[in-house]
This record gives sequence, C-alpha cells and structure tokens, in this order.
Amino acid sequence: MKNGLERILEKVEGAVAPDDMQHAIEALRDNFAVRHMVYHWVSAAGEQYGCGTYSADWVARYLERDYLRIDPVVQGCLQHFQPVDWKRLDWSGKAQRAFQADAIAHGVGHQGFSVPIRGPNGQFALFTVSHDADDATWAAFEQRNSRDLILIAHYFNSKALEFQPGRTPAPAQALSPREVDAMTLLAMGYSRAQVANSLSISEHTLRAYIESARLKLGALNTTHAVARAISRGLIVA
Amino acid sequence: MLRYMTNDDLARRPGLRDAMFRDRAAQFSDRLGWAVAVDAAGLERDQYDALDPLYVLWDAGCDRHGGSMRFLPTTGRCMVNEHFAHLNGGAPVSSPAIWECTRFCVAPGAGPHVAAALMLAGGELLERQGLRHLLGVFDANMERIYRRIGASPQVLGSAGDGRDRISLGLWSLTGQARARVARRAGISPALSQLWYRRAFGAGSTCLRPA
Repeated sequence: MKNGLERILEKVEGAVAPDDMQHAIEALRDNFAVRHMVYHWVSAAGEQYGCGTYSADWVARYLERDYLRIDPVVQGCLQHFQPVDWKRLDWSGKAQRAFQADAIAHGVGHQGFSVPIRGPNGQFALFTVSHDADDATWAAFEQRNSRDLILIAHYFNSKALEFQPGRTPAPAQALSPREVDAMTLLAMGYSRAQVANSLSISEHTLRAYIESARLKLGALNTTHAVARAISRGLIVA
Repeated sequence: MLRYMTNDDLARRPGLRDAMFRDRAAQFSDRLGWAVAVDAAGLERDQYDALDPLYVLWDAGCDRHGGSMRFLPTTGRCMVNEHFAHLNGGAPVSSPAIWECTRFCVAPGAGPHVAAALMLAGGELLERQGLRHLLGVFDANMERIYRRIGASPQVLGSAGDGRDRISLGLWSLTGQARARVARRAGISPALSQLWYRRAFGAGSTCLRPA
C-alpha cells in the first residue's frame, strides 16, 4: 500500500502546471504537520519563482522589501549545498534581526530547515520547512525527516526545471540488463535471497543493483522503485 | 581532529587551508604527475574549489594538515561528470543522494590512520546528509590504501594499467565497513559524531520570537 508521501510525490511528478505543484506542496505541509513548506528558485538575474504555503502578505512583503538580498537562509544556502538548520546561520546583523522579527510576525515560524539545490548550469533553488517547536522537538524532526525532505526538494526542482521555457528534456536513464533482471524478479514477489540465488550473485551485489536502479528511478525505497519501473514500462511484471 | 569546512571556514584558517593546497600539490602534481595547476606559492587549486565545495580535513594541530578531501553534489557542476564520465561509459552520474569526493589527499608522512579517519568522515556524511553513495576517482595506489583500511569501493569503471590505472567507484560504507574504518582510524564512533555535530549541529545563535 502506498503511503501519503509516495502519493504526493507521484502528484509532483505528474504535475503539468505550476498550480499542481502548489497543491502538492500544501498536501506535503499537511502530511508533515508543519507550519510551512516552500520551494524557492532564484535565478542568476535575481528573479524568483516558486510555490509554497507562506501567506500572500509575507510573500508580497518579502518582494517589496527585497529581503532576498539579506535573507540569511538564501545567502547561507548559496555558499553551501548541505541542508542547514536556521539556527546555524548568521542572524547577528541589524538588518537580519529585523528581517527575522518581521518573518516571525508573519507566521513563518522560528525554526527552519532548508535544503539548497544545485542544478544544471549553475541553477540554484531552496526547499524550506519552517515550524514552531522547541529545539529538541525540531532536532528530532530534522533527524527523522531530512532524507525524505532532501528527496522532495529534488522532486520539486526537477519539475520546476521542466517548466522552464526553452528547456530540452533530459532522457530518462535506462536500467542496465542486470538491474532489469533484479527488478523483474522483485516485482514477481521473490525475496532478496531468492533473487540473488536466481541471478547467481551475492546479496551484497544485488543490493548494489537495486540501489542503482532505485536512484535512476528517483524512488524512495525498493517497493517504490519496482512500482515505478513497472509504470514506466522498464520491466514487465 | 576531523574538520568539516566550507570556503568561509577555510578563510578563517588560512594556515591550514594553504597547507592543504600545498599537500595536494605534493600528491597530485609531484607524486602522481597529474596535469594539475600549481601556483607560484606551490598551492594546487582548480575551478571546483571555487564552487563552494565542502571539505573534510584532518587537522593535526598548529596548522598542520594531515589529509583532506572535497565534496560536491552530483546534481550540479562537478568534476566526475565533466572530466571522468568516460570511466562510467560516458553516462553522467546525477543524484541528490550521491556526492562526489575528489582530491582525496594524504599529507606526506601521514599514517594510514589519516586515510581511515577521512573515510570515517565520509561515513558520517553518508548517514547524516541523506546520502546513499559517495562517488570518487582514484589511482592504483589509493585503491591499495582503501583496501588496507577496509573501505574498498564498488568500481564502476577503470582506464589504464598498473600504476597508471585510474578508476571510478562508489562507496556506501555501511555497518561492517564503517566499523572496520573506525577501528583503523582509532577513533570511537562517539568522538567522530562529536566532531560532526561541532560542524553541523544546531549552533548557539537561536532564532527566537522577539
């Protein structure tokens, strides 16, 4: 059975218009039970696109005040590529403190976790989750969800890249023959031990094939990967 | 100790930073004879150092550099896809769950525990940054070192023979491999986690309602 997250990610993947992404991010926010979730693309020219759950007031204010220039989350994420907890960023400047107070007054939440995304040709985007919680609760949330959030961030980004005008679509990565064999047997309900045995390989090697297939399919786990391989016609089952 | 550093962190430790670039020159230019650019001050840097990578350094104290490596995400510009794609049959590797690890460097005279300590840091990143694999290019000598510290990668492809062979490999460093590497490095998992948290854990500047 599919869980909520997988269903929502499938919606992101199937999005045909930016509105679909907006609906998906709202559903994700509810799924994670956090205050806000935002995908934010900043082009080299300083143009901004995105979707998210911040109030219209806050988005308008952010643009009007040109907060992009001083927002420690954006400035910090431009220099890093690993996800960052907002508490690690530098909020000590006067402008940054005022921005922080303004953000909190607009209901952004005082905890945040942002995933920087580096795409092709220097493309840059951010995926942010914000909430109100004490430090221990928030640290536990990050620990529990960071892997999923990183994956979600990249789902949104690859979709956003598709909506970019003038883009040439990247070819879907084909599975290697060994990956096809492994996924096919898994789809037939074989256990890992049975698959390894049928293919005369060790379970360790099998794990590597499954893992690389999973990555190519952008799947959350093995079951998800099998489902995607079937739905894309990469394997017959 | 292990330090996880970005360019702004390095700017605050210029002595350690230059020691790293000097040891990289010694390893990649002097010893391996790779066509890397070494400046007048004897420092080896390339275009990827300008892309805000994440470095892991073995800080031996007093600005002494024991070893280091450099990470970039494979979703953006990175060295493996721009220079070594032929080792993977020409196919670029691009996944949010894979970071490339390049310029794996051990300072002249540093013991095998330094290579193991760096690998241990790779294991921390894998576990805590939502990664599945690290991707790296290595020569025949490093291949031996990886084997000795118990962290051989899964090889995707190779070119050249004997001492000149270079290969592209994937590390996943789970369970047993990680425990082996920790033993080799002589660093307890608790200490390794402490160093990691020092770099990435929640800091003291708190975002709080005014």
